[in-house]
Amino acid sequence: MTESAIVIPMRPHVTSVADVRAVVRATAEGDLETKMKLEKVSVFYKDFVAVKDVELAFYANKITAIIGPSGCGKSTLLRALNRMNDLIPGARIKGRVLLDGEDIYAPHVDVVEVRRRVGMVFQRPNPFPKSIYDNVAYGPRLYGHLKRTELDAIVEHSLRRAALWDEVKDKLGQSGMALSGGQQQRLCIARAIAVEPEVILMDEPCSALDPVATLKIEELMRQLAKEYTIIIVTHNMQQAARVSDYTAFLMTDEYGAGTLVEYGETKQVFTNPKDRRTEDYITGRFG
Amino acid sequence: MISAQVRRRLRRKTVSPLGRALQHGDILFKGALILASLSLLGLMVGVGVMLWLRSAPMRTSAGLAFITATVWNPVGEKFGAAPFIIGTLTTSLLALIIAFPLGLFIAIFLAELCPPGLRSIVGFLVELLAAIPSVVYGLWGIFVFIPSFVIPIGEALMKSLGDPQRFPYLPIFQGPFFGASKLAAGLILAVMILPTIAAISRDVLLAVPRSQREAALALGSTQWETIWQVVLPYGLSGILGAVILGLGRALGETMAVTMVIGNVAQLSASLLSPGYTMASVIANEWGESRTPLYNAALIEIGLLLFFMSLLLNILARSLVWSVARKTPEQRA
Amino acid sequence: MSEFNGGKELSVLPRAGKLRLKRSAIRERFRRVNNAFMLGLTGLTTVVGIVPLVWILLSVFAHGAEVISIRFLTDTFKPTSLGGGGILHALVGTGILIALASLFSVPLGVLAALYVARNPNTSLGLAVRFGTGVLSGLPSVVVGLFIYTLWVSGHGYSALAGGMALAILMLPVIVRTTEEMLRLVPKSLREASLALGAPEWKTALKVWLPAAMTGVITGLMLAVARVAGETAPLLFTALGSNNLSTALDKPIASLPLTLFKYAVDPSKLRNAQAWAIALIIVMLVLLLNVSARLIATWRSKMY
Repeated sequence: MTESAIVIPMRPHVTSVADVRAVVRATAEGDLETKMKLEKVSVFYKDFVAVKDVELAFYANKITAIIGPSGCGKSTLLRALNRMNDLIPGARIKGRVLLDGEDIYAPHVDVVEVRRRVGMVFQRPNPFPKSIYDNVAYGPRLYGHLKRTELDAIVEHSLRRAALWDEVKDKLGQSGMALSGGQQQRLCIARAIAVEPEVILMDEPCSALDPVATLKIEELMRQLAKEYTIIIVTHNMQQAARVSDYTAFLMTDEYGAGTLVEYGETKQVFTNPKDRRTEDYITGRFG
Repeated sequence: MISAQVRRRLRRKTVSPLGRALQHGDILFKGALILASLSLLGLMVGVGVMLWLRSAPMRTSAGLAFITATVWNPVGEKFGAAPFIIGTLTTSLLALIIAFPLGLFIAIFLAELCPPGLRSIVGFLVELLAAIPSVVYGLWGIFVFIPSFVIPIGEALMKSLGDPQRFPYLPIFQGPFFGASKLAAGLILAVMILPTIAAISRDVLLAVPRSQREAALALGSTQWETIWQVVLPYGLSGILGAVILGLGRALGETMAVTMVIGNVAQLSASLLSPGYTMASVIANEWGESRTPLYNAALIEIGLLLFFMSLLLNILARSLVWSVARKTPEQRA
Repeated sequence: MSEFNGGKELSVLPRAGKLRLKRSAIRERFRRVNNAFMLGLTGLTTVVGIVPLVWILLSVFAHGAEVISIRFLTDTFKPTSLGGGGILHALVGTGILIALASLFSVPLGVLAALYVARNPNTSLGLAVRFGTGVLSGLPSVVVGLFIYTLWVSGHGYSALAGGMALAILMLPVIVRTTEEMLRLVPKSLREASLALGAPEWKTALKVWLPAAMTGVITGLMLAVARVAGETAPLLFTALGSNNLSTALDKPIASLPLTLFKYAVDPSKLRNAQAWAIALIIVMLVLLLNVSARLIATWRSKMY
């Protein structure tokens, strides 16, 4: 929607010197890097318009939240970013979805590579019925030719970045499904990280978890944003306000299609929304 | 104020003979249902019991040695079941080796790749294979399949791998070969159990949760990698169940086998020589058995067949159900 | 969906960051080629799997059509020296056997299915479900032997015994299909009838079962298709015969038994007749299966 220079907000989460330096550097460079961009994107399921004419930019190393009432097409929009909608027969897309400037829906694009670069964590944790080690190692093993020591290193690295290593380092051989819900979700995050994506999509990642696990994952997100671009769909407004740098608000129009109502820095959207509908949603008047 | 007429009618509903009969009718009804259910169970048990009892003459005369004795000489009243047990296992195993990979791949196609519109038609065609009666398979086997398929293949195998000069330690493809053989039986059985393995494996694969596939694809797997490394392992126990059910079917096949296997009760290591299976010896020699011991021997073979298929059936069903019941554990 | 094109426009190797994944373009290419190959193989296998079906059907139709005629269907057995005759005795025999088997299996099967549908979670209900599964896996030879030991040894080979054996084979199909259909009927229908004061048995027979009736009929059709071609159990019960007979206490001819006898007969005439019998059986089985399927799909659209 807007690509013009957006003033970097002073995030209350800036705590270390490194963070400050990063922010200063970004401000000095004068612009945000656009990692993914939606140009007039509409998604159809056969004849039904699920999402209509969305224009949105996702900035590198930032957390962008997509919020809105249920059924407004948030998940559909998210799944368009890594072409998971392709799996649904009758799903079509119009417009362009750009990753680093390239349209991922162009005719000869390799879907497999898109999905590696744009990873996804799902609403309900879905670890494979394999060991914790094999869950994380699944992705790297697809690429073959890794020695055991190299694989071990990748697994440890991924589990550490997902803040799960200390809890499972002694039981890597245990089944991934034997973990608690919050641990399983972090395992899924570790699994996604192991293939070295650039963007991580999260579809309501905490909705199946208890509050303690939720907070752990929110904390994790801020850490992950340093290395990856995070795009999260959530129905929990407080979560969006806590965690994200940018927020996009979607709503269904009178035909049932999801459209973008407002998009901006989280602080601005939540304290000073431009659109009346945004304000209504945020203050809880509906949805 | 309730009128006298209504009062009478109400009384009739509760205490009249008709009322009582209606209530008893329900008791009769429920009783009939229970009786029917018990009869069904009784049948299951009864089959085993009757076969056990009627095979007594043979069981008491030979005991467990019946299973390992290799001589089948009805004239001399010497009965050993080993040739048939081995024949059954050989042909069934051969059928499995061929039908399992084929059935699995067909199941993968039907569950993962086939466009939904085509799925029911193709699935139906595969199931039609299972609907063709055994005796028709046998007829086709004798006059079409053996001459135009089994004999060319058998002869090719005999001339190459069955050459005693080049492969002296490989007896399974050595001649002489005249068409009716364990190879023919194994191949026909493979066609007959293919639909069983394919249909059940397909159902097992369809029962694997979508979220597993989505997880794998979202990591950048190709479709085949998803199927081979995630979906198949998830459904493995169910697929094993499908295989065992196929094996169970192969064990019991009678007519098609007896029409193409040659019916010779000798132990031979070669697939190209004629053989005999448990089901086919019962069918084939029943008409000729004159003495009580001969009858009892055949009945005991039937008893063995009963136990084998019972065991495999139970094992297979529990495996197939275990996939549908498998849910990811989610603890708080 | 263009899955298998080597990513030309989207860069295969990532942009920056310390790479741990050692990726090679060759391996990437292999993954995609392997994917296309294996997926294609599954399609090929499916085609190969259908080939025997087509082959058998073609053989049966081609060979059988040569001998089929009205005479063939209306004449009874004659020795080859007199031209071979027809198969009327076998047609009548099969008809009688199937009628008997249905008579034995339908009431028993429907009652058992009613029990399971009413009380699915009782131990008896679970046992019946288990039992039907076991019965359906029994080799038909064993079923024939069972009826022999139970009845034939005392009363001799007869059409009645044949009907009993076939009934056991039909039971699991009838119970399973009927039970599924009964469960599909919305509970509200039964509850409405009960609330009006109708006793259980009336509800079952006048409301529940009729609502599931198409299912019961398709179950019967599938069960008949299952036993129409069964030979082995009849070897020990109905025995087979060359006479046209309708007596229930004597051996009786049947299509599959006659097929078997003619197929292994040295006479070419008999072999040819065997193909004609196969044609009749296959057409019957196909008709029943296809009709049952069509009725089921038509019905499911209604619900």
